[in-house]
Amino acid sequence: MDRRDFLKVATVAPLLATVGAATDAEARHNLPPLPEGVGLLYDSTLCIGCQSCVAKCQEVNQMDLNPADSLHSKNNYLSPFSFNVIQVWQNGAGINKDQIDDGYAYIKRQCMHCVDPNCVSACPVSAMQKDPVTGIVTTDPSLCTGCRYCMIACPFNVPKYEYDDPFGRLQKCSLCNQKGVERIDKGGIPACAEVCPTGAVIFGKRSDLLREARQRVAADPGSEHKYPVKAIGSGEFNKTSIPHYNQEIYGEREGGGCQCLVLSSVPYEDLGLPSLQEESFGAATETVQHGLYRGMFLPIALLPALLYGWLTRRTWLSIGGGKAGNKHDETEAGNE
Amino acid sequence: MNAEKNTQMLDCLGVSRRDFMKFCTGIAATLGLGGLSSTEAIAEALTSKKLPPVIWIGAQECTGCTEALLRATHPTLETLLFQVISLEYHEVLCAAAGHQVEANKHRAMEEYKGEYVLVVDGSIPTKDGGVYCMVAGKPIGEHIKEAAEGAAAIIAIGSCAAWGGVPSIGPNPTGAVGVQEFLPDKKIINIPGCPPNPSNFIATVVHLLTFKKLPELDAEGRPKFAYGRLIHEHCERRPHFDAGRFAEAYGDEGHRQGWCLYKLGCKGPETYGNCPSLEFCDVGGGIWPVGIGHPCIGCNEKGVGFSKGISELAHVVRPTPPAVHPEVNTPAGGENKVAGTAILAGVAGLAAGVSVMTVKELGRQQKEGKNSSQEKEN
Repeated sequence: MDRRDFLKVATVAPLLATVGAATDAEARHNLPPLPEGVGLLYDSTLCIGCQSCVAKCQEVNQMDLNPADSLHSKNNYLSPFSFNVIQVWQNGAGINKDQIDDGYAYIKRQCMHCVDPNCVSACPVSAMQKDPVTGIVTTDPSLCTGCRYCMIACPFNVPKYEYDDPFGRLQKCSLCNQKGVERIDKGGIPACAEVCPTGAVIFGKRSDLLREARQRVAADPGSEHKYPVKAIGSGEFNKTSIPHYNQEIYGEREGGGCQCLVLSSVPYEDLGLPSLQEESFGAATETVQHGLYRGMFLPIALLPALLYGWLTRRTWLSIGGGKAGNKHDETEAGNE
Repeated sequence: MNAEKNTQMLDCLGVSRRDFMKFCTGIAATLGLGGLSSTEAIAEALTSKKLPPVIWIGAQECTGCTEALLRATHPTLETLLFQVISLEYHEVLCAAAGHQVEANKHRAMEEYKGEYVLVVDGSIPTKDGGVYCMVAGKPIGEHIKEAAEGAAAIIAIGSCAAWGGVPSIGPNPTGAVGVQEFLPDKKIINIPGCPPNPSNFIATVVHLLTFKKLPELDAEGRPKFAYGRLIHEHCERRPHFDAGRFAEAYGDEGHRQGWCLYKLGCKGPETYGNCPSLEFCDVGGGIWPVGIGHPCIGCNEKGVGFSKGISELAHVVRPTPPAVHPEVNTPAGGENKVAGTAILAGVAGLAAGVSVMTVKELGRQQKEGKNSSQEKEN
């Protein structure tokens, strides 16, 4: 085998191997929703923008205050100082709630607690974990190395790093179930759902929330609906009429599904919720990545090939294959 | 029960039972107690026993606390003095004077040992043996120490007694201190304010009578029913704060519209008190400092009242989100500052310039080097 042939083989072999792996190897499909998985249902049409959820979230999670504002707790976007913010979308004059023309609508931004979270898939040290029962996505600060892969992996731009702190940690919503708070483990509900006065954000099992959301979407606009307040099955209701909902429930299928669902009357893209494919990013990337290492075929094939290449190059150099460069050096030296 | 006896007694005093029960309900409301039973309990406590003796000692004070009490309307002063408490000694209100009143104080202290309530208003001078406030030839501190020994409870009324107040500010030539600092071993109930609302004082006294214990106190020894919340948290102008509508100067458009007084120096965000709900003394009709357009000066709070300038901005103890909402997709990091951008651009420009010049210089040197070597060869 001469050098030319070797290089040909070396170039084609990995390509073939990858294609083979992708077709042969079983693709990693989306993880299924957990039967006991919990989440939130945020109904933008019920939200009055009072931000009591934002205030309570900061209180319960004992977050530092954003030094940007001495008057208010400034929560313009998700940051290490706020796991939960209410933002507004406005169009034209911005006077008609939940309408497109001259309309406006609120959106609650927080961790969506994906069914198949890409941050968990991307975390190289398994600091980001999805609880096997509740499905709550949490980060373990004792394991986290601060690589911030999860921040890039998250399609919703949720995890935030404490850049101001030399020993910064990664911060995000844990549905009030992180160490020291543990509301869900103790049978409680997240702070935001607890304080929401209108039932715009409610807590429950994802399956129950999905059923409630489907009922709302299916109901005739204008008909009366008993909206649960705080949580599914809390016994507290907010009786009001059904608006014109989007027929899709955001988070039912997006990116493999989310445990936090959103309903609204205006397009979800306007509210800053990206339109995502149904296959989760984790499933797509893990199929390729795990395929490459499947059976260690590719590494085992590649290692001897690389070794061979290295050895041949060394031999070629030692027998004077690289004379051109040396000659140049000699002429330079001669000039001196 | 002695309800009949009570009615007879009230009749003698010219007070209808209805009026009396109204007063009891008012006190129950101030204390934050609900229901008919608490009203009944208070009525029982106030009528079934002899009136609780009160010894009121004024130290370095302006009599403002007493004046506020004199102008109380629920109850009126006479109701307070004849039906709620038995005032044994008070430098302003005593009918007697001189040796006579001093003798009565000592008699009351003996007779009601362990039963009387000691009320102190005014701060206590400690410098030079306390000579700056003398009563009956003795420093006031000694009078207070003496009276505190046999007191069932000690109430420090007004900011001066509660934490030192005006006399303790600045150079403090008399070494003025509050009662708690003067009597560190005693449990003191502080009712700060300049002056405090008399209802807070009366409610505390009635609480002592009804439940035979102190009301729940905060870390500063203040009853929580009155000083449990920041003024900022239940201020009528709060919505303007949240919406970012501030009066910028006295008499400007915002000031006339009743906007938030934070920028004029309102200390509501760092002062605890029930002023927004109880208002100023018993004036009524929305009259309290913030209600009439003057920023709160924080008189309840040590380190705020009289120590901070009136127009000085307050420290917001518990910031909460504003009522305005950020736009969807608000970028993190905020706007670029013009100066910052200029500096960065300058640095980049400098780096680019230096690089260009270096390359040029290197090229020139190489050329010169070549020329010189060629010259050598030639």
